[in-house]
Amino acid sequence: MLSYIIKRILYAIPILIGVNLITFMLFFMVNTPDDMARAQLGAKQVTPELIQSWKEEKGYDKPLFLNQKAEGIEVVTDTLFVKESLKLFSFNFGFSDANRDIGSDIKERMVPSLAIALPTFIIALITNISLALLLVLFRGSTLDTSMMIVAVMIMSVSGLFYIIAGQVLFSKVWHWVPISGYESGWAGLKFIILPVMIGVFAGIGSGVRWYRSIFLEQINQDYVRTARAKGLSELRVLFGHVLRNGMLPILTGVVVVIPQLFMGSLIMESFFGIPGLGSYTIDAINAQDFAIVKAMVFLGSVLYIVGLILTDISYTLFDPRVKLGS
Amino acid sequence: MNRYFFKILLLLLISINVYADVWNSPQDSKKAKEEVLFSSFSIPPKRLDPVVSYSSNEWAIMGQIYEPPLQYNYLKRPYALEPLTLTQMPTIRYLDSKGDEVEEGDKNLSFSEYTLTLRDDINYQNHPSFVKNEKGELLYGALSNDELEKIKTLDDFEKTASRKLKAEDYAYAIKRMAVRQNHSPVLDMFQEYIVGLEKFSKEITAIAKEKKVKNEPLDLRTYNIEGVTVENDHTLKIKLKGLYPQFSYWLTMNFFAPIPWEADLFYQQQGLVEKNLTLRWFPVGTGAYYLAENNPNKQMRLVVNPNYHTEYYPTLSQEEVEKSNVPKELLKDSGKKLPFIKEVIYSLEKESIPLWNKFLQGYYDASGISSEAFDQAVQISSGGEMGLSEEMVKKSIVLKGSVEPSISYLAFNMVDPVVGGYSKEAKKLRQAISIAQNEEEYISIFRNERGLPAQGPIPPGIFGYEEGEAGTNKVVYDWKEGKRVRKSLEVAKQLLSEAGYPNGVSKKTGKPLVLYYDTTGIGPDNKSLMDWRRKQFDKLGIQLVIRSSDYNRFQDKVRKGKAQLFSWGWNADYPDPENFLFLLYGGNAIVKTNGAGINSSNYQNPKFDKLFEEIKTMKNSPLRLEKIREMIKIVQEDAPWVWGFHPKSLALTHKWFSNVLPHAMANNTLKYKRIDAKLRAEKQEEWNQPVVLPLVLLLLFMVLASYPLYRAYQGRQRAVIKGDD
Repeated sequence: MLSYIIKRILYAIPILIGVNLITFMLFFMVNTPDDMARAQLGAKQVTPELIQSWKEEKGYDKPLFLNQKAEGIEVVTDTLFVKESLKLFSFNFGFSDANRDIGSDIKERMVPSLAIALPTFIIALITNISLALLLVLFRGSTLDTSMMIVAVMIMSVSGLFYIIAGQVLFSKVWHWVPISGYESGWAGLKFIILPVMIGVFAGIGSGVRWYRSIFLEQINQDYVRTARAKGLSELRVLFGHVLRNGMLPILTGVVVVIPQLFMGSLIMESFFGIPGLGSYTIDAINAQDFAIVKAMVFLGSVLYIVGLILTDISYTLFDPRVKLGS
Repeated sequence: MNRYFFKILLLLLISINVYADVWNSPQDSKKAKEEVLFSSFSIPPKRLDPVVSYSSNEWAIMGQIYEPPLQYNYLKRPYALEPLTLTQMPTIRYLDSKGDEVEEGDKNLSFSEYTLTLRDDINYQNHPSFVKNEKGELLYGALSNDELEKIKTLDDFEKTASRKLKAEDYAYAIKRMAVRQNHSPVLDMFQEYIVGLEKFSKEITAIAKEKKVKNEPLDLRTYNIEGVTVENDHTLKIKLKGLYPQFSYWLTMNFFAPIPWEADLFYQQQGLVEKNLTLRWFPVGTGAYYLAENNPNKQMRLVVNPNYHTEYYPTLSQEEVEKSNVPKELLKDSGKKLPFIKEVIYSLEKESIPLWNKFLQGYYDASGISSEAFDQAVQISSGGEMGLSEEMVKKSIVLKGSVEPSISYLAFNMVDPVVGGYSKEAKKLRQAISIAQNEEEYISIFRNERGLPAQGPIPPGIFGYEEGEAGTNKVVYDWKEGKRVRKSLEVAKQLLSEAGYPNGVSKKTGKPLVLYYDTTGIGPDNKSLMDWRRKQFDKLGIQLVIRSSDYNRFQDKVRKGKAQLFSWGWNADYPDPENFLFLLYGGNAIVKTNGAGINSSNYQNPKFDKLFEEIKTMKNSPLRLEKIREMIKIVQEDAPWVWGFHPKSLALTHKWFSNVLPHAMANNTLKYKRIDAKLRAEKQEEWNQPVVLPLVLLLLFMVLASYPLYRAYQGRQRAVIKGDD
């Protein structure tokens, strides 16, 4: 398995270089270094001298991919692309164009993002699987049909509606929880209840339908009949056998998103005032802060690759027939 | 299972109750009962560096921390300057080229020398940078890696100290401004005024570059600017080239706030920079407050500076009260020691809906009015008067409104071959369009009546602005029965015909006149606005083509003179007409200056420029007013802008938040404001009692629903055993 993981990590290097290359090309296609300087320096009294000094300090006065003025290998190495990319591969994100240490900012913002994303993910997973198994238990019944209709209805409504409706109902009308805000530690519990509940509820429709279809494929299998023949209760059949055998497709969709939980949720964090990573990239794009954009795209790619590797590893845990690298 | 669920829920509710008297309070319940102001910010400041920051959201914080030499009187109108850290207003000596003193109006006047005399009772906030060891060296001036490891915030430093404000701190700030690597937006402008600044800037920039390569700190004390002299600890002299009376206004801004050298050196340590502990983010000032917490991603907290000097709430004479039209309730605290509020908590609120709801719950003390909340907050009477809605009145909310010293206008590119130029026909074309653009309708539809149609470039509250008939733009309006009435469309059509476009068709080519409007407004939100804009031109038979682009491309087009028509605006830096009239000065034309100028319409009229050069350095007087009137008349005739409107800002405050007076120029007004914490706590409790019944019903439903579910499960189990499945 170790050699498989090393191989996957080595495969990741050209992917990350490619992602970085595309990020550079797309960003500088839309924004020139002069535009970036103006975005950072404000609207008033921005002189050409000021723009030039800003570009020099940030290194944006260098050519993007090829330095015609340099000689030898420096034609390629003394460029913005190489200088900035090399730092990324050592996970040195450097400073944002507004002069903040990006690494520190990411560390600081990761925790609030996780405070919402992790409980939402775990509760949603348990709820959706439990509800799906319940519907499989009552398959074909009125409960199953009506729950499916409700699930489609939940799916059809925008997530933004749940956020606003939740804030109005639970905070403005019933005064149960704060509308928005964030505190670290236990004091923050009252702030995360509502976003977590809304996150779970908004995902129930699609989640339950998906897991239900997975479990329905399993329910008529021979091993289920065998389990019942052994005299096991329906609950034990569902949770002990059907769930375990349905794990492979579940893992495919679930494990890959675990590392991405760090990245937070844009809308949820904006509306609930969560100081997480959700809006970090979007804010940076709006502010034309390339240093943050490239760092976040790189981090997102790394986390996605990590997610895929974890998914492969998790297969071996739930299905002994799967052997990595063989 | 239900029993466990019920217990967990009960525990959860109890734990919530421990933290708050009311369940939905987002605040620390103890702080809500103290004189703490709860406010918000929607866009985190990019920096809090006095020589760089130039945005209102940054100044709103920095104004409370840093103290430039002068400030605006909080209550006096028109805006009046007064000393802040000085014993008196700066004394100004006028000198000729040899250095001999001359009169203000003397032809040989070459320099103005400002002498600033500092008060001797002003101390900095407590800060680790001021702590010295027994040898008199900075204790935290060279932190080791071990020491740095223990430091995450400024609170992690064991010791703090303070020191007195000195004249050299103001000189140090100007030197910091001169370092190019600091990117001060006013450096290029002040190089033209402060003697020796340009030369100094070149030298110090090269030195700073060298020091950075060698990884050495830059101590600016050892370098001097020719025109900035520290006479002693309390006296500073600044020598300017020629006359620049507006310099006094600049002395109220943070660009001239003092910087203690200790703080500058302290924050240059690489280990602190890597922890985001820099002067850009953690200011060190003498103001009424210091920044106790700075997390631009979440919350910023100002706490009252225990070393703050003595300052009192302004006292006005009866004559001044009448002239300034100050409400009585704002005079209650006259002569009382400042500040009143002990702490301010600014929380990040990106979305307007949660912000508005929290304000209604009493968790924010003041709020602006977003377009979504406008109808809920404000009622407009049939006479067009604004008032509060019933819901707001019930909560004793107070509405504060003021016209901002700003202008938003539609610019014609004067170097454009179609709409630009100074021929009679070109003027008439622009005048016709100006009449057809119904600004009153725009303000009503798109700004909820929050604006005042502009008659010229100068907004209300600035010298040169005139009310009534005298201030009416006679090109666009008639004065009838004591009111301004927009000229009829017939007049506009007549002008258009005389311009060579009868009914919007060119006499020369026989083709309809097509104009191009550049905008950054893309998407469905702007569709109605663009439709309205097209309609205004359509009234004259002119076809308007909307060219949408992103902000970068839009700015680029304006800078290169490639935009024909576009909307633009300006906020005052200081309350002087020069700050608005320079937007039309030929020397500032944006194309001519390669994008550096602020005259975005590229207007250039020699007569206007000559008058501008005259009024630029004049003191406010009847003669200055006369010349300004003449200038306004010229631009009204030339019509390089459709004059647009002056925005009106509306703000809501709760009854417990007092001494609130909108001041468009001052940034340090927090120290005058007051909070009645007892009343706030009472109202928060009254307005936010939890409604428990739905919770009980929900729990009951869950308990009751579990029984039939259990029965159904049993039935299912039996069916499986029987083999019915």
